[in-house]
Amino acid sequence: MNVPSSRPPTADHDTGDAATAPVVRLVDAVAVLGQFPALAGASLTVHRGEIVLLQGPNGAGKTTLLRLCAGLVPLARGEGSVLGLDLATQREAVRSTVGLLGHQNGLYLDLTVEENVRFWGATVGATDDEISGAMGRSGVADRLADVTVRRLSAGQQRRTALACLLARRARLWLLDEPHAGLDASARDDLDATLRSAARQGATIVVASHELERAGSLATRSVDVVAGQVHA
Amino acid sequence: MTTIDPARSTREGVHEQPARGGTGTRGTRILGIATIVAMGWLVAFGLGFSPADRDQQESVRILYVHVPTIWIAYLAFTVTAIASGLYLFTKKKSLGWDRLAGASAEVGTVFVAVTLVVGALWGRLTWGVFWQWDARLTTTALLFVTYVGYLAVRRLGGSHEQRARRSAVIGLIAVLEIPLVHWSVRLWRSLHQEATVLDTDGDIDMDGLMLFSLFVGVVAFSLLYAWLVLHRTRVMAMEDLMDDRGLDLALEARRSEGRRSERRTGTPDPRPAGDTIDKDGAR
Amino acid sequence: MSTEPTRDPAATEPIRDPSSTEPVRDPAATHVSARPAGGPPGAWRIALLVASKDLRIEVHSRVLTNQVLPFAGVTMVIFAFALDADSVLQRVAPGLVWLATMFSLLVLVQRAFAVEAEDGALDAMRVAGVDARAIYLGKLLGLGVQLLVLEVVLLFAAVVLYSQTVPLEGVVLLVTTLISATCGLAAVGTLYGGLAAGFRGRETLLPLLTLPAVAPVLIGATRAVEAALGTAGAVVSDGWPWVGLLVVFAVAFGVGGSLAFGPLIDE
Repeated sequence: MNVPSSRPPTADHDTGDAATAPVVRLVDAVAVLGQFPALAGASLTVHRGEIVLLQGPNGAGKTTLLRLCAGLVPLARGEGSVLGLDLATQREAVRSTVGLLGHQNGLYLDLTVEENVRFWGATVGATDDEISGAMGRSGVADRLADVTVRRLSAGQQRRTALACLLARRARLWLLDEPHAGLDASARDDLDATLRSAARQGATIVVASHELERAGSLATRSVDVVAGQVHA
Repeated sequence: MTTIDPARSTREGVHEQPARGGTGTRGTRILGIATIVAMGWLVAFGLGFSPADRDQQESVRILYVHVPTIWIAYLAFTVTAIASGLYLFTKKKSLGWDRLAGASAEVGTVFVAVTLVVGALWGRLTWGVFWQWDARLTTTALLFVTYVGYLAVRRLGGSHEQRARRSAVIGLIAVLEIPLVHWSVRLWRSLHQEATVLDTDGDIDMDGLMLFSLFVGVVAFSLLYAWLVLHRTRVMAMEDLMDDRGLDLALEARRSEGRRSERRTGTPDPRPAGDTIDKDGAR
Repeated sequence: MSTEPTRDPAATEPIRDPSSTEPVRDPAATHVSARPAGGPPGAWRIALLVASKDLRIEVHSRVLTNQVLPFAGVTMVIFAFALDADSVLQRVAPGLVWLATMFSLLVLVQRAFAVEAEDGALDAMRVAGVDARAIYLGKLLGLGVQLLVLEVVLLFAAVVLYSQTVPLEGVVLLVTTLISATCGLAAVGTLYGGLAAGFRGRETLLPLLTLPAVAPVLIGATRAVEAALGTAGAVVSDGWPWVGLLVVFAVAFGVGGSLAFGPLIDE
């Protein structure tokens, strides 16, 4: 089916105008894990409504880049801002505007799917409607709602994590290998959800190994090599 | 292997200019000599000039070491607390405060250990027991364990800023813990007044030369404390510097890794900005 | 592949899972950039949320009832093997109750944070920008409730195993002691548990930090319970100064902990 692509990113991103201000702006950012420079110099600009795909081998620093943008990892050197908030000084504020789906799902394994989504939605004051909406869009409503997360398959757990993310109304989504563990139709559903969210104004950065996804999902693809990004 | 020269450092924390390959400077050498002289005086007065006590005879002399070490330990932990607070609440967040807090805590912990051991010897000599569950000894033992915990937290790893913030918080929590421990232990032991063989809370009647010897002891151990802390903070600064140099080297290595893979594949790598990919994979 | 009708870029209707029987939701409610229908809840509400989540996990997984309570019970039994004299046991029973509580505290704290670490949930809460103080208070409450249950069970065990009796006039003191001691223990445990959670060697770091810090509680709670039970000639009025100590301790660590927790769990 034909899906019109999103608007191309505007080249003019220095005006400071709210509508075109970049959602993510990194200039030579360095982030360390212990003493290792996982991210050795990343320059990246992402605009609202884009779906950016981060590609690169294992150990390239994609996960650290996402965690940096989420405000989890401190900025060791360089500059960075997310949604206008400075990563060096306003990490706490950055966190509440961002949704991260990392390698782990951030779920409580002994609670049911619905209990998990409700909990995460409640941390931002989501209404019941928003919660059921999030669950519906991730395909975990009905059958799976009352199943304990521990008993779900990896793919179903991933979808539950996505529902928790949706329930939290983030403006920037950072997804680390979101397709891992999903079967083909679930992957397509995920892509559809992401594209729809982008059209509604969310900005999405996805790290993935899967080259095929570039065509069907992302507006733009960026390479991460040895902790460096130039985009 | 090259020696690290902190004098060349552009990072904060090292004010004097230590010689290459060591942490000694004119200042610490003078301090060191003063310490040795003071220790000499302590030996002279403690063992020689001061009189034996009426009740305790010669064993009172141990007090000239035992009392100063615990007092200096308290001083050391106070310095740790203040330095921790300064690290957390000043805008600049200079790592020098963190290093001072850590070095002072290390020296303080050693001094508490010395206090406990020397005190145990004194107890054995005077009353035949190595240990008493009285307020002072119990509090001192808990103080020791608390700061061993602080030192363990310092070694948890991570970047220097992470270590500094974590340790500073724990250092301030320790300041919260100590009075509570002290209060509870005193209240506890006050129930047991009749049980103790001796009255350790009542200080021994000291006068004249004995007081002076104690004073010499305090001075000598204070100088020792200052000398140790100065050297230790400098060693820490050098260790941190090595870590930073290590980071620079690691960054350089990682970046050249990227350049190497670029040369190998022959394509400019990574792709230039704004590259859009059509849904059919065509460019 | 799921069917997908052609979309006008300006349309806001969300794409639904085709198998879902949910009626179409008002797009405004799920529009990502709309102002939230309900604002973010206050810190106390989030604390209650976190606490109820922890208790719900306990109800599902039953670790307290199936593992920690038996563990505490077993320690009460093996104390008898070590101490080997009924008169001694009777005299030190309050102390043994609190000793068993201390050891179980370590286990409970480990469990409370293992639940978060299992799937990276604590990280997720940090990313969600949930106020660290709210997380601290919530976990403190959850831990405190479980500790209280544990202490009550241990008291029953002491009544049975160590021939203790609870005189009527001591009940108020006993209950007050339990509550104030529990608050203090939960405050310290949650603080250091959060710190130790992220590191290797956490199993040994946690006791090293926690036990010296809770020494005042051990001293105070034991004396207060002895006063409440009339052990070794103590009277109820002896216990109230100790309760004062316990309350000050709980408040001090509650406040200190809520301030310190955020920096300690942060990277």
